[in-house]
Amino acid sequence: MAKSKPRVKAPKSASKGEVITIKTLISHKMESGQRKDKQGNVIPRSIINHFTAKFNGEVVFEVDIEPAISANPYLQFKMRVDEPGEFEFIWNDDDGSVYTKKQKLKVG
Amino acid sequence: MKEMSRRQALALGSGLVAITLLPLPATASIEEVNEDIKKFTGGAEAAESAIIKLEVPEIAENGNTVPLSVSVDSPMTADNYVKRVILLAEKNPNPGVATFHFTARSGVAEASTRMRLATTQNVVAVAELSDGSFHMTKSTVKVTIGGCGG
Amino acid sequence: MELKNKATVSALGVAFAALLVPGLLAGGEALALPEGIETVKVAPTSKDHPLDEILSGWHFRSPETQALQEDDFENPAFLWVEQGEELWSTVEGAANKSCSSCHDDASETMATAGANMPKWNEALGKPVNLEQQINHCRTERMEADAWKWESTQLLAMTAYVRNQSRGEPVAVQTDGPMKPWFEKGKDIYYTRVGQLDMACSSCHEGYYGQQIRADRLSQGQTNGFPTYRFKWQKIGSLHRRFKGCMKNIRATPYKVGSDEFLALELYTAWRGQGLPVEAPAVRQ
Repeated sequence: MAKSKPRVKAPKSASKGEVITIKTLISHKMESGQRKDKQGNVIPRSIINHFTAKFNGEVVFEVDIEPAISANPYLQFKMRVDEPGEFEFIWNDDDGSVYTKKQKLKVG
Repeated sequence: MKEMSRRQALALGSGLVAITLLPLPATASIEEVNEDIKKFTGGAEAAESAIIKLEVPEIAENGNTVPLSVSVDSPMTADNYVKRVILLAEKNPNPGVATFHFTARSGVAEASTRMRLATTQNVVAVAELSDGSFHMTKSTVKVTIGGCGG
Repeated sequence: MELKNKATVSALGVAFAALLVPGLLAGGEALALPEGIETVKVAPTSKDHPLDEILSGWHFRSPETQALQEDDFENPAFLWVEQGEELWSTVEGAANKSCSSCHDDASETMATAGANMPKWNEALGKPVNLEQQINHCRTERMEADAWKWESTQLLAMTAYVRNQSRGEPVAVQTDGPMKPWFEKGKDIYYTRVGQLDMACSSCHEGYYGQQIRADRLSQGQTNGFPTYRFKWQKIGSLHRRFKGCMKNIRATPYKVGSDEFLALELYTAWRGQGLPVEAPAVRQ
Protein backbone atom coordinates (compact mmCIF):
# COMPACT_ATOMS: atom_id res chain seq x y z
CA MET A 1 0.00 0.00 0.00
CA ALA A 2 1.25 3.43 -0.82
CA LYS A 3 0.79 4.93 2.60
CA SER A 4 1.09 2.90 5.77
CA LYS A 5 -2.04 2.57 7.83
CA PRO A 6 -1.98 1.54 11.47
CA ARG A 7 -4.64 -0.48 13.26
CA VAL A 8 -4.86 -0.68 17.04
CA LYS A 9 -6.95 -2.88 19.28
CA ALA A 10 -6.91 -1.72 22.89
CA PRO A 11 -9.68 -1.59 25.48
CA LYS A 12 -11.67 1.64 25.71
CA SER A 13 -12.04 1.24 29.45
CA ALA A 14 -10.38 -0.78 32.22
CA SER A 15 -10.21 -0.94 36.00
CA LYS A 16 -7.35 0.47 38.06
CA GLY A 17 -4.52 -2.04 38.45
CA GLU A 18 -5.72 -4.19 35.55
CA VAL A 19 -3.13 -5.39 33.04
CA ILE A 20 -4.54 -4.88 29.55
CA THR A 21 -3.46 -6.35 26.20
CA ILE A 22 -2.78 -4.04 23.27
CA LYS A 23 -2.52 -5.29 19.68
CA THR A 24 -1.17 -3.22 16.80
CA LEU A 25 -0.76 -3.82 13.09
CA ILE A 26 0.50 -1.50 10.37
CA SER A 27 0.49 -1.98 6.61
CA HIS A 28 4.08 -2.00 5.36
CA LYS A 29 5.96 -4.17 2.90
CA MET A 30 9.07 -4.31 5.15
CA GLU A 31 11.52 -4.48 2.25
CA SER A 32 14.46 -6.24 3.86
CA GLY A 33 17.34 -4.94 1.73
CA GLN A 34 18.24 -8.60 1.08
CA ARG A 35 16.31 -8.99 -2.14
CA LYS A 36 17.36 -8.32 -5.70
CA ASP A 37 15.17 -7.20 -8.58
CA LYS A 38 15.04 -8.95 -11.97
CA GLN A 39 18.07 -6.95 -13.17
CA GLY A 40 20.08 -8.15 -10.19
CA ASN A 41 20.10 -4.81 -8.35
CA VAL A 42 19.60 -4.89 -4.62
CA ILE A 43 16.21 -3.50 -3.65
CA PRO A 44 17.03 -0.95 -0.94
CA ARG A 45 15.91 -1.62 2.60
CA SER A 46 12.70 0.14 3.58
CA ILE A 47 11.15 -0.89 6.88
CA ILE A 48 9.34 0.33 9.95
CA ASN A 49 12.35 0.47 12.29
CA HIS A 50 10.84 1.55 15.59
CA PHE A 51 7.60 1.42 17.53
CA THR A 52 6.73 3.39 20.66
CA ALA A 53 3.68 3.13 22.89
CA LYS A 54 3.11 6.07 25.21
CA PHE A 55 0.44 6.59 27.83
CA ASN A 56 -0.17 10.15 29.01
CA GLY A 57 3.14 11.10 27.40
CA GLU A 58 5.16 8.44 29.22
CA VAL A 59 6.82 5.63 27.26
CA VAL A 60 5.42 2.28 28.39
CA PHE A 61 6.74 -0.02 25.65
CA GLU A 62 9.16 0.30 22.76
CA VAL A 63 10.48 -1.99 20.04
CA ASP A 64 13.61 -1.77 17.88
CA ILE A 65 12.54 -3.47 14.67
CA GLU A 66 14.86 -5.28 12.25
CA PRO A 67 14.15 -6.39 8.65
CA ALA A 68 13.41 -9.89 10.00
CA ILE A 69 10.01 -8.71 11.21
CA SER A 70 7.29 -9.84 8.77
CA ALA A 71 5.52 -7.57 6.29
CA ASN A 72 2.62 -5.68 7.88
CA PRO A 73 4.28 -5.73 11.32
CA TYR A 74 2.18 -7.03 14.19
CA LEU A 75 2.97 -6.21 17.82
CA GLN A 76 1.14 -7.31 20.93
CA PHE A 77 2.07 -6.21 24.45
CA LYS A 78 0.72 -5.45 27.93
CA MET A 79 0.18 -2.38 30.07
CA ARG A 80 -0.87 -1.95 33.70
CA VAL A 81 -3.61 0.64 34.10
CA ASP A 82 -2.90 3.20 36.86
CA GLU A 83 -5.03 6.13 35.70
CA PRO A 84 -7.28 7.22 32.83
CA GLY A 85 -5.69 8.97 29.88
CA GLU A 86 -4.62 8.68 26.30
CA PHE A 87 -2.45 6.25 24.37
CA GLU A 88 -0.19 7.42 21.63
CA PHE A 89 1.28 4.83 19.29
CA ILE A 90 4.15 5.83 17.03
CA TRP A 91 5.70 3.96 14.10
CA ASN A 92 8.95 5.25 12.54
CA ASP A 93 9.66 4.46 8.88
CA ASP A 94 13.15 4.27 7.32
CA ASP A 95 12.02 6.97 4.86
CA GLY A 96 11.49 9.41 7.74
CA SER A 97 7.71 9.06 7.83
CA VAL A 98 6.10 8.88 11.24
CA TYR A 99 2.72 7.23 11.65
CA THR A 100 0.74 7.84 14.82
CA LYS A 101 -2.54 6.78 16.33
CA LYS A 102 -4.16 7.99 19.55
CA GLN A 103 -6.83 6.38 21.67
CA LYS A 104 -8.44 7.28 24.99
CA LEU A 105 -8.74 4.96 27.98
CA LYS A 106 -11.35 5.35 30.69
CA VAL A 107 -10.92 3.96 34.17
CA GLY A 108 -14.05 2.95 35.99
CA MET B 1 -8.79 -39.63 -11.30
CA LYS B 2 -5.58 -39.27 -13.17
CA GLU B 3 -2.54 -40.44 -11.32
CA MET B 4 0.24 -38.05 -10.52
CA SER B 5 3.54 -39.70 -11.21
CA ARG B 6 6.53 -39.63 -8.93
CA ARG B 7 8.41 -37.81 -11.70
CA GLN B 8 5.77 -35.09 -11.89
CA ALA B 9 5.60 -34.60 -8.16
CA LEU B 10 9.36 -34.36 -7.87
CA ALA B 11 9.61 -32.00 -10.83
CA LEU B 12 6.99 -29.75 -9.25
CA GLY B 13 9.31 -29.26 -6.36
CA SER B 14 12.52 -28.96 -8.31
CA GLY B 15 11.01 -26.26 -10.47
CA LEU B 16 10.64 -24.28 -7.33
CA VAL B 17 14.20 -24.91 -6.34
CA ALA B 18 15.31 -23.30 -9.57
CA ILE B 19 13.20 -20.26 -8.79
CA THR B 20 14.20 -19.93 -5.18
CA LEU B 21 17.90 -20.34 -5.87
CA LEU B 22 18.38 -16.90 -7.43
CA PRO B 23 20.35 -14.80 -4.93
CA LEU B 24 21.32 -16.63 -1.80
CA PRO B 25 21.84 -14.24 1.05
CA ALA B 26 24.60 -15.52 3.26
CA THR B 27 23.41 -16.73 6.61
CA ALA B 28 24.70 -15.29 9.86
CA SER B 29 27.45 -17.15 11.64
CA ILE B 30 27.29 -18.32 15.23
CA GLU B 31 30.08 -15.81 15.94
CA GLU B 32 27.84 -13.00 14.72
CA VAL B 33 25.03 -14.19 16.97
CA ASN B 34 27.35 -14.42 19.96
CA GLU B 35 28.70 -10.98 19.11
CA ASP B 36 25.16 -9.57 19.12
CA ILE B 37 24.44 -11.19 22.48
CA LYS B 38 27.69 -9.77 23.89
CA LYS B 39 26.79 -6.33 22.63
CA PHE B 40 23.40 -6.64 24.30
CA THR B 41 24.78 -7.83 27.66
CA GLY B 42 27.84 -5.60 27.60
CA GLY B 43 29.97 -8.70 27.93
CA ALA B 44 28.09 -10.17 30.88
CA GLU B 45 27.15 -13.82 30.96
CA ALA B 46 23.66 -14.77 29.79
CA ALA B 47 22.83 -18.16 31.21
CA GLU B 48 19.94 -20.33 30.04
CA SER B 49 17.11 -19.70 32.44
CA ALA B 50 13.59 -20.94 33.06
CA ILE B 51 12.23 -17.47 33.87
CA ILE B 52 12.23 -16.56 30.17
CA LYS B 53 9.85 -18.38 27.84
CA LEU B 54 9.76 -18.31 24.08
CA GLU B 55 6.69 -19.56 22.24
CA VAL B 56 7.21 -20.42 18.58
CA PRO B 57 5.65 -23.04 16.30
CA GLU B 58 7.50 -26.33 15.97
CA ILE B 59 6.91 -26.20 12.22
CA ALA B 60 6.29 -23.00 10.27
CA GLU B 61 4.34 -23.50 7.03
CA ASN B 62 6.11 -20.52 5.51
CA GLY B 63 9.13 -18.65 6.81
CA ASN B 64 7.69 -15.27 5.85
CA THR B 65 5.34 -15.14 8.83
CA VAL B 66 6.32 -17.06 11.95
CA PRO B 67 4.39 -16.08 15.08
CA LEU B 68 6.45 -15.57 18.21
CA SER B 69 5.68 -14.78 21.86
CA VAL B 70 8.17 -14.08 24.60
CA SER B 71 7.48 -13.70 28.31
CA VAL B 72 9.65 -13.23 31.38
CA ASP B 73 8.58 -14.09 34.89
CA SER B 74 8.94 -10.83 36.86
CA PRO B 75 6.91 -8.79 39.38
CA MET B 76 7.36 -5.73 37.10
CA THR B 77 7.64 -3.26 39.98
CA ALA B 78 9.66 -0.03 39.89
CA ASP B 79 12.69 -1.72 41.48
CA ASN B 80 12.36 -5.20 39.98
CA TYR B 81 11.39 -5.40 36.34
CA VAL B 82 12.43 -6.61 32.90
CA LYS B 83 14.17 -3.87 30.93
CA ARG B 84 14.73 -5.42 27.53
CA VAL B 85 14.42 -8.64 25.57
CA ILE B 86 16.43 -9.17 22.39
CA LEU B 87 15.37 -11.73 19.78
CA LEU B 88 17.91 -13.27 17.42
CA ALA B 89 17.56 -15.78 14.60
CA GLU B 90 20.75 -17.84 14.30
CA LYS B 91 20.61 -18.57 10.57
CA ASN B 92 18.96 -15.50 9.07
CA PRO B 93 21.06 -13.24 6.80
CA ASN B 94 21.28 -10.93 9.82
CA PRO B 95 20.54 -12.38 13.25
CA GLY B 96 18.65 -9.38 14.65
CA VAL B 97 14.86 -9.72 14.78
CA ALA B 98 13.67 -7.20 17.37
CA THR B 99 14.35 -5.75 20.82
CA PHE B 100 11.42 -5.20 23.17
CA HIS B 101 11.85 -2.44 25.76
CA PHE B 102 9.59 -2.99 28.75
CA THR B 103 8.90 -0.70 31.70
CA ALA B 104 7.45 -1.30 35.14
CA ARG B 105 4.24 0.06 33.61
CA SER B 106 4.10 -2.97 31.31
CA GLY B 107 2.64 -4.86 34.25
CA VAL B 108 3.56 -8.18 32.64
CA ALA B 109 6.74 -8.70 30.61
CA GLU B 110 5.14 -10.32 27.60
CA ALA B 111 5.09 -9.42 23.90
CA SER B 112 4.29 -11.06 20.56
CA THR B 113 5.17 -10.40 16.96
CA ARG B 114 5.64 -12.23 13.62
CA MET B 115 9.07 -12.82 12.14
CA ARG B 116 10.81 -14.01 9.01
CA LEU B 117 12.96 -17.12 9.20
CA ALA B 118 15.15 -17.99 6.25
CA THR B 119 15.49 -21.64 7.20
CA THR B 120 15.09 -24.14 10.01
CA GLN B 121 16.99 -22.67 12.93
CA ASN B 122 17.18 -21.66 16.56
CA VAL B 123 15.54 -18.49 17.76
CA VAL B 124 17.33 -16.99 20.77
CA ALA B 125 15.82 -14.64 23.35
CA VAL B 126 17.89 -12.83 25.97
CA ALA B 127 16.31 -10.74 28.73
CA GLU B 128 17.94 -7.97 30.74
CA LEU B 129 16.49 -7.45 34.21
CA SER B 130 16.64 -4.26 36.25
CA ASP B 131 19.08 -5.96 38.66
CA GLY B 132 21.58 -6.25 35.79
CA SER B 133 21.18 -10.00 35.28
CA PHE B 134 20.74 -11.63 31.86
CA HIS B 135 18.63 -14.68 31.09
CA MET B 136 18.53 -16.68 27.87
CA THR B 137 16.38 -19.26 26.14
CA LYS B 138 16.39 -20.92 22.70
CA SER B 139 13.82 -22.68 20.57
CA THR B 140 14.04 -24.45 17.23
CA VAL B 141 11.61 -23.73 14.41
CA LYS B 142 11.46 -26.04 11.41
CA VAL B 143 10.71 -23.95 8.35
CA THR B 144 8.85 -25.57 5.50
CA ILE B 145 10.53 -24.85 2.20
CA GLY B 146 9.77 -26.05 -1.29
CA GLY B 147 6.04 -26.28 -1.35
CA CYS B 148 3.79 -25.25 -4.21
CA GLY B 149 4.52 -21.55 -4.04
CA GLY B 150 2.30 -20.23 -6.80
CA MET C 1 12.61 -10.64 2.15
CA GLU C 2 12.43 -13.68 -0.09
CA LEU C 3 13.35 -16.56 2.09
CA LYS C 4 15.82 -18.65 0.24
CA ASN C 5 18.58 -20.73 1.56
CA LYS C 6 20.70 -23.74 1.34
CA ALA C 7 18.03 -25.95 2.80
CA THR C 8 16.18 -25.63 -0.49
CA VAL C 9 18.96 -27.57 -2.11
CA SER C 10 19.11 -30.26 0.52
CA ALA C 11 15.32 -30.40 0.46
CA LEU C 12 15.68 -32.01 -2.96
CA GLY C 13 17.48 -34.86 -1.29
CA VAL C 14 14.64 -35.55 1.07
CA ALA C 15 12.08 -34.98 -1.66
CA PHE C 16 11.60 -38.68 -2.19
CA ALA C 17 10.86 -39.22 1.44
CA ALA C 18 8.40 -36.37 1.63
CA LEU C 19 6.80 -37.24 -1.67
CA LEU C 20 3.10 -37.92 -1.44
CA VAL C 21 3.07 -39.26 2.06
CA PRO C 22 0.00 -38.64 4.18
CA GLY C 23 -0.16 -35.22 5.82
CA LEU C 24 2.18 -34.76 8.72
CA LEU C 25 0.57 -31.60 9.98
CA ALA C 26 -2.60 -31.90 11.91
CA GLY C 27 -4.97 -29.43 10.33
CA GLY C 28 -8.51 -28.39 10.98
CA GLU C 29 -8.91 -29.32 14.63
CA ALA C 30 -7.09 -27.03 16.93
CA LEU C 31 -8.74 -23.67 16.76
CA ALA C 32 -11.92 -21.70 16.69
CA LEU C 33 -13.22 -20.57 13.32
CA PRO C 34 -13.50 -16.92 12.34
CA GLU C 35 -16.70 -15.06 13.20
CA GLY C 36 -19.64 -16.11 11.08
CA ILE C 37 -18.03 -19.36 9.89
CA GLU C 38 -19.85 -22.42 11.19
CA THR C 39 -17.99 -25.10 9.34
CA VAL C 40 -15.07 -25.81 7.03
CA LYS C 41 -16.55 -29.08 5.78
CA VAL C 42 -19.77 -29.62 3.89
CA ALA C 43 -21.37 -32.45 1.92
CA PRO C 44 -21.66 -32.14 -1.86
CA THR C 45 -24.97 -30.68 -2.98
CA SER C 46 -25.30 -32.67 -6.19
CA LYS C 47 -24.95 -36.33 -7.05
CA ASP C 48 -22.50 -35.73 -9.86
CA HIS C 49 -20.04 -33.91 -7.58
CA PRO C 50 -16.56 -35.43 -7.87
CA LEU C 51 -15.75 -35.12 -4.14
CA ASP C 52 -17.19 -37.06 -1.20
CA GLU C 53 -16.63 -34.18 1.18
CA ILE C 54 -15.94 -30.52 0.48
CA LEU C 55 -13.17 -29.09 2.64
CA SER C 56 -12.07 -25.49 2.90
CA GLY C 57 -8.37 -24.76 2.48
CA TRP C 58 -8.46 -23.79 6.18
CA HIS C 59 -8.70 -27.47 7.04
CA PHE C 60 -5.30 -28.23 5.55
CA ARG C 61 -3.30 -25.51 7.29
CA SER C 62 -1.26 -25.64 10.49
CA PRO C 63 -2.78 -24.42 13.78
CA GLU C 64 -0.51 -21.35 13.67
CA THR C 65 -1.74 -20.38 10.20
CA GLN C 66 -5.34 -21.02 11.24
CA ALA C 67 -4.84 -18.86 14.32
CA LEU C 68 -4.05 -15.84 12.16
CA GLN C 69 -7.47 -16.13 10.56
CA GLU C 70 -9.39 -16.74 13.76
CA ASP C 71 -9.42 -13.13 14.86
CA ASP C 72 -10.16 -10.30 12.43
CA PHE C 73 -7.66 -8.06 14.15
CA GLU C 74 -4.81 -10.53 13.83
CA ASN C 75 -5.69 -11.31 10.21
CA PRO C 76 -3.46 -8.93 8.23
CA ALA C 77 -5.88 -9.05 5.27
CA PHE C 78 -8.14 -6.73 7.23
CA LEU C 79 -5.74 -3.89 6.45
CA TRP C 80 -7.16 -4.20 2.92
CA VAL C 81 -10.75 -4.72 4.11
CA GLU C 82 -10.52 -1.46 6.04
CA GLN C 83 -9.21 0.32 2.99
CA GLY C 84 -12.04 -1.14 0.93
CA GLU C 85 -14.52 0.21 3.45
CA GLU C 86 -13.11 3.71 2.96
CA LEU C 87 -13.20 3.36 -0.83
CA TRP C 88 -16.83 2.20 -0.68
CA SER C 89 -17.98 5.72 0.11
CA THR C 90 -15.27 7.59 -1.81
CA VAL C 91 -16.76 9.61 -4.66
CA GLU C 92 -14.88 9.24 -7.94
CA GLY C 93 -15.50 9.74 -11.65
CA ALA C 94 -17.54 12.06 -13.86
CA ALA C 95 -20.87 10.84 -12.48
CA ASN C 96 -19.84 12.07 -9.03
CA LYS C 97 -20.75 8.78 -7.37
CA SER C 98 -19.30 6.27 -4.94
CA CYS C 99 -20.25 2.62 -4.50
CA SER C 100 -22.53 3.64 -1.64
CA SER C 101 -24.44 6.09 -3.88
CA CYS C 102 -26.19 3.07 -5.43
CA HIS C 103 -25.54 0.27 -2.95
CA ASP C 104 -25.95 2.08 0.40
CA ASP C 105 -24.85 -0.03 3.33
CA ALA C 106 -22.62 -2.83 2.07
CA SER C 107 -23.34 -5.01 5.10
CA GLU C 108 -26.90 -5.30 3.77
CA THR C 109 -26.57 -4.95 0.03
CA MET C 110 -23.49 -7.18 -0.29
CA ALA C 111 -24.57 -9.80 2.24
CA THR C 112 -24.80 -12.52 -0.39
CA ALA C 113 -23.16 -11.05 -3.51
CA GLY C 114 -19.76 -12.47 -2.59
CA ALA C 115 -21.14 -16.01 -2.49
CA ASN C 116 -22.75 -15.89 -5.93
CA MET C 117 -19.92 -14.79 -8.19
CA PRO C 118 -19.18 -15.28 -11.02
CA LYS C 119 -22.67 -14.29 -12.13
CA TRP C 120 -24.34 -13.81 -15.51
CA ASN C 121 -24.24 -10.21 -16.77
CA GLU C 122 -26.95 -9.61 -19.35
CA ALA C 123 -25.48 -6.31 -20.58
CA LEU C 124 -22.11 -7.90 -21.31
CA GLY C 125 -23.54 -11.19 -22.51
CA LYS C 126 -21.09 -13.13 -20.33
CA PRO C 127 -20.45 -13.93 -16.69
CA VAL C 128 -18.49 -11.50 -14.52
CA ASN C 129 -16.61 -12.18 -11.34
CA LEU C 130 -16.42 -9.77 -8.42
CA GLU C 131 -13.38 -7.88 -9.71
CA GLN C 132 -15.02 -7.43 -13.11
CA GLN C 133 -18.33 -6.38 -11.57
CA ILE C 134 -16.58 -3.74 -9.45
CA ASN C 135 -14.80 -2.36 -12.50
CA HIS C 136 -18.01 -2.53 -14.55
CA CYS C 137 -19.71 -0.36 -11.92
CA ARG C 138 -16.76 2.02 -11.94
CA THR C 139 -16.71 2.56 -15.70
CA GLU C 140 -20.47 2.41 -16.38
CA ARG C 141 -22.08 3.93 -13.27
CA MET C 142 -19.36 6.11 -11.77
CA GLU C 143 -17.70 6.99 -15.09
CA ALA C 144 -14.38 6.45 -13.37
CA ASP C 145 -11.34 4.51 -14.58
CA ALA C 146 -11.29 0.78 -14.04
CA TRP C 147 -8.83 -0.38 -11.38
CA LYS C 148 -5.93 -2.52 -12.52
CA TRP C 149 -6.08 -6.19 -11.68
CA GLU C 150 -4.14 -6.90 -8.46
CA SER C 151 -3.98 -3.18 -7.65
CA THR C 152 -4.30 -2.26 -3.98
CA GLN C 153 -7.68 -0.63 -4.64
CA LEU C 154 -9.20 -3.57 -6.50
CA LEU C 155 -7.90 -6.04 -3.91
CA ALA C 156 -9.17 -3.84 -1.09
CA MET C 157 -12.64 -3.47 -2.61
CA THR C 158 -12.88 -7.16 -3.50
CA ALA C 159 -11.85 -8.13 0.03
CA TYR C 160 -14.31 -5.67 1.57
CA VAL C 161 -17.27 -6.73 -0.56
CA ARG C 162 -16.63 -10.44 -0.26
CA ASN C 163 -16.13 -10.11 3.49
CA GLN C 164 -19.71 -8.79 3.74
CA SER C 165 -20.82 -12.22 2.53
CA ARG C 166 -18.69 -14.11 5.04
CA GLY C 167 -20.46 -17.22 6.30
CA GLU C 168 -22.81 -17.27 3.32
CA PRO C 169 -22.67 -20.62 1.48
CA VAL C 170 -21.09 -20.47 -1.97
CA ALA C 171 -23.91 -20.78 -4.53
CA VAL C 172 -23.09 -20.12 -8.17
CA GLN C 173 -25.43 -20.57 -11.08
CA THR C 174 -24.22 -23.23 -13.50
CA ASP C 175 -27.23 -23.70 -15.77
CA GLY C 176 -28.87 -21.52 -18.40
CA PRO C 177 -26.42 -19.11 -20.05
CA MET C 178 -23.76 -20.13 -17.49
CA LYS C 179 -23.74 -23.73 -18.76
CA PRO C 180 -21.16 -23.32 -21.56
CA TRP C 181 -18.87 -21.39 -19.19
CA PHE C 182 -19.22 -24.12 -16.59
CA GLU C 183 -18.36 -26.78 -19.17
CA LYS C 184 -15.40 -24.75 -20.37
CA GLY C 185 -14.14 -24.39 -16.80
CA LYS C 186 -14.55 -28.09 -16.19
CA ASP C 187 -12.61 -28.81 -19.35
CA ILE C 188 -9.75 -26.58 -18.22
CA TYR C 189 -9.78 -28.20 -14.76
CA TYR C 190 -9.23 -31.67 -16.18
CA THR C 191 -6.95 -30.83 -19.12
CA ARG C 192 -3.29 -31.64 -18.63
CA VAL C 193 -1.03 -28.77 -19.61
CA GLY C 194 2.56 -27.62 -19.30
CA GLN C 195 5.89 -29.39 -19.27
CA LEU C 196 4.77 -31.47 -16.30
CA ASP C 197 1.61 -32.49 -18.13
CA MET C 198 -0.64 -31.94 -15.17
CA ALA C 199 -4.21 -30.77 -14.65
CA CYS C 200 -5.79 -29.07 -11.63
CA SER C 201 -7.28 -32.46 -10.80
CA SER C 202 -3.85 -34.11 -10.67
CA CYS C 203 -3.21 -32.48 -7.28
CA HIS C 204 -6.50 -31.16 -5.95
CA GLU C 205 -8.84 -34.02 -6.70
CA GLY C 206 -6.73 -37.08 -6.20
CA TYR C 207 -4.21 -36.09 -3.58
CA TYR C 208 -5.64 -33.46 -1.27
CA GLY C 209 -4.52 -33.93 2.32
CA GLN C 210 -1.21 -35.42 1.23
CA GLN C 211 2.21 -33.87 1.19
CA ILE C 212 3.80 -32.81 -2.04
CA ARG C 213 7.33 -32.28 -0.89
CA ALA C 214 6.97 -29.75 1.92
CA ASP C 215 3.45 -28.61 1.12
CA ARG C 216 0.12 -30.07 2.10
CA LEU C 217 -2.25 -30.22 -0.83
CA SER C 218 -5.73 -28.75 -0.44
CA GLN C 219 -8.83 -29.27 -2.56
CA GLY C 220 -8.11 -25.96 -4.25
CA GLN C 221 -11.28 -24.39 -2.86
CA THR C 222 -11.91 -20.74 -3.62
CA ASN C 223 -14.13 -19.62 -0.72
CA GLY C 224 -11.28 -17.79 1.03
CA PHE C 225 -10.25 -15.49 -1.84
CA PRO C 226 -8.99 -12.85 -1.93
CA THR C 227 -6.54 -14.42 0.50
CA TYR C 228 -3.59 -13.17 2.51
CA ARG C 229 -0.72 -15.51 1.70
CA PHE C 230 2.54 -15.60 3.64
CA LYS C 231 4.30 -16.40 0.40
CA TRP C 232 2.99 -13.15 -1.15
CA GLN C 233 3.27 -11.19 2.11
CA LYS C 234 0.03 -9.54 1.09
CA ILE C 235 -3.47 -10.22 -0.11
CA GLY C 236 -3.98 -11.59 -3.63
CA SER C 237 -6.71 -12.59 -6.04
CA LEU C 238 -7.86 -16.05 -7.05
CA HIS C 239 -6.61 -15.47 -10.59
CA ARG C 240 -3.13 -14.70 -9.20
CA ARG C 241 -3.25 -18.06 -7.42
CA PHE C 242 -4.37 -19.80 -10.62
CA LYS C 243 -1.37 -18.27 -12.39
CA GLY C 244 0.95 -19.51 -9.66
CA CYS C 245 -0.37 -23.07 -9.98
CA MET C 246 0.12 -22.98 -13.75
CA LYS C 247 3.69 -21.75 -13.36
CA ASN C 248 4.37 -24.58 -10.90
CA ILE C 249 3.40 -27.13 -13.52
CA ARG C 250 5.47 -25.18 -16.02
CA ALA C 251 2.56 -24.18 -18.19
CA THR C 252 2.05 -20.77 -19.75
CA PRO C 253 -0.54 -19.19 -17.47
CA TYR C 254 -3.69 -17.59 -18.79
CA LYS C 255 -4.04 -13.90 -18.03
CA VAL C 256 -5.75 -12.60 -14.91
CA GLY C 257 -9.28 -11.60 -15.86
CA SER C 258 -9.21 -13.84 -18.97
CA ASP C 259 -12.24 -15.84 -20.10
CA GLU C 260 -10.30 -19.03 -19.32
CA PHE C 261 -9.74 -18.08 -15.69
CA LEU C 262 -13.29 -16.78 -15.43
CA ALA C 263 -14.61 -20.17 -16.59
CA LEU C 264 -12.24 -21.93 -14.19
CA GLU C 265 -13.35 -19.64 -11.36
CA LEU C 266 -16.97 -20.61 -12.03
CA TYR C 267 -16.19 -24.32 -12.14
CA THR C 268 -13.99 -24.28 -9.01
CA ALA C 269 -16.62 -22.23 -7.16
CA TRP C 270 -19.13 -25.00 -8.00
CA ARG C 271 -16.71 -27.60 -6.62
CA GLY C 272 -16.98 -25.68 -3.34
CA GLN C 273 -20.75 -25.13 -3.56
CA GLY C 274 -22.10 -24.90 0.00
CA LEU C 275 -18.83 -23.95 1.72
CA PRO C 276 -19.18 -20.74 3.72
CA VAL C 277 -17.37 -17.74 2.23
CA GLU C 278 -14.27 -17.15 4.39
CA ALA C 279 -12.81 -14.17 2.60
CA PRO C 280 -10.33 -12.85 3.37
CA ALA C 281 -8.63 -16.08 4.46
CA VAL C 282 -5.03 -16.55 5.59
CA ARG C 283 -2.95 -19.22 3.91
CA GLN C 284 0.70 -20.24 3.72
